[in-house]
Amino acid sequence: MGTGFTYTVYDITKLSQAETYGKTLVELARQNPNIVVLSADLAKSTKVVDFAEEFPDRFFNFGVAEQNLLGAAAGLALSGKIPFASTFGVFASMRAGEQLRTDIAYTNLNVRIVATHSGLSFGQAGTTHHCTEDIAITRSMANMTVIVPADSIETSKVVQASIDHQGPIYIRIGRGFEPPVYLDENYDYKIGKAVTMREGTDITVIACGVAVQSAYEAAEEAEDEGVSVRVVNMHTVKPIDREAIGSACSETKHIITAEEHNIIGGLGGAVAEVMAEIGTGVKLTRLGLCDCYSVIGYPEELYGRYGLDTDGILNTILDVKEQL
Amino acid sequence: MGEQFNSRDDLIRFLTNKVIDMKKKTIELTRIAGGGHIGGALSMMDVVVALYYHVLKIDPKNPRWEERDRFVLSKGHGGIGLCPVLADVGFYPEEAMADFNQLDSPFGIHPDMHKIPGIEMSTGSLGHGLAVCVGMGLAHRLDKGTWRIYCLLGDGECNEGSVWEAAMAAAHFRLGCLVAIVDRNMLSIDGPTEKVMGIEPFAEKWHAFGWHVIEIDGHNMSEILDTFENLPPVTSEQPTVIIARTVKGKGISFMENEPAWHYGGIDSEKEEICMKDLEQARPKGS
Repeated sequence: MGTGFTYTVYDITKLSQAETYGKTLVELARQNPNIVVLSADLAKSTKVVDFAEEFPDRFFNFGVAEQNLLGAAAGLALSGKIPFASTFGVFASMRAGEQLRTDIAYTNLNVRIVATHSGLSFGQAGTTHHCTEDIAITRSMANMTVIVPADSIETSKVVQASIDHQGPIYIRIGRGFEPPVYLDENYDYKIGKAVTMREGTDITVIACGVAVQSAYEAAEEAEDEGVSVRVVNMHTVKPIDREAIGSACSETKHIITAEEHNIIGGLGGAVAEVMAEIGTGVKLTRLGLCDCYSVIGYPEELYGRYGLDTDGILNTILDVKEQL
Repeated sequence: MGEQFNSRDDLIRFLTNKVIDMKKKTIELTRIAGGGHIGGALSMMDVVVALYYHVLKIDPKNPRWEERDRFVLSKGHGGIGLCPVLADVGFYPEEAMADFNQLDSPFGIHPDMHKIPGIEMSTGSLGHGLAVCVGMGLAHRLDKGTWRIYCLLGDGECNEGSVWEAAMAAAHFRLGCLVAIVDRNMLSIDGPTEKVMGIEPFAEKWHAFGWHVIEIDGHNMSEILDTFENLPPVTSEQPTVIIARTVKGKGISFMENEPAWHYGGIDSEKEEICMKDLEQARPKGS
């Protein structure tokens, strides 16, 4: 597959991330016979049923066995296939963490791990099904690219871009009821290139995943309060866009990161590393889970609890503004 | 491997001699490397030699030939026994292993597919190889492959739950192209497998998981050849497991059945004893 395939645009602003991923895969698979899809008894939850129905020979359900899911994905990749292996983030990154690291990352194979229900997106399921460690885990695996799309349209973009990418990719998406960030597909998506959603001169919020939309809305509201906020969608946490962080540090006075993840080791950690290396002296505030396990609740409630909703990010922006 | 033999006996004599030669190379390499997983390398050697010199369809000059048989050493710590064999059949010169275990060497305890020609998959962490072979088996079906996929496991390795996840899947997906071989040498690091964490009744377990089960003497070359030559057709719908009953440290008087020789170092004095022990086993008239 190179360029030139045709992609039918669904009204994906109305679809969840997982649904979009499933439909995009079907489109791509019609043109690329090497695409195969693997599930671990979560085909319905991870929205790959359409693929399974259209390509039953290229769909493999491993049952409740995530280690085998990722080991077999490595075997398929070794045989020239492009496996998309889907399961919940918590299982992909931890239950099968060693297979991910040793069978897929160490070997640098073209496996795409689509980790659904990540962060707090399966809130009511409780902490066993939340996943607030996976960015830290996967980005410390050499060869691994780590992407956290902001919404359905971006998920579709990532899946398309992944086909021509060499090496493994961990694609971290939610359960699929997140609000849309992008109105259409008419923007340039490039793995590793952050998207500036909004310009600003006082503060920059660097966000990924569902926090991008909250950050954007918070920035709009902050404008009314007289604070100029840049919003950067850092969809690729690794390799991270150092240039975008550098510009934010030289052109704004404070950085806030926002993510559905422990503030240790995730996007906030990655941004902190780059800021320290650049040495600008700009301060950083990390939003996320402050090294605690999340409580039970619906996702929107949890985003509120951990300061990741619009109000939470706005309050942080206004607090920071006071200190500028 | 293209060798022609006038009789079955000639073939067996050739392979038996080869086992001795490769064990000697393994001993020598263990000395050079400063230590190695010698016990399990010796127990698996008859099966490995049968595969590489008679059974596997491979082309050492074209290691990624698409139609090749695949061999995955799931018990990756056996690499010190496999690497001399790969050199001998022509994947690389023997001298390439001179810096085994040294800084930046392609060769370490556990083989790396990107550094060593002929290695299909990087292994070392136990319980990974069979799942990878399941994935290879699924690709084999999509590609209508004619090759087989062989996976050599250790018996202690079969304590890993992931082995049984893969065993379940191989039968579920009816992967007749897949042949697992278990080097049943009865010992893991801490002692007898049945004392550390019992896996018996072992054949019954595989049978219950839906596999075609064959039990053999893993040091009887004639039996090994008969087994490989009479495998169910690659198009069959059931994976096969060969439980090869072996002796850890086979062929070395002071190593046989000694858990301490799971891993060890060889000095020139021990090397002399090893070479003598191995030569004594050489078939008469060789």
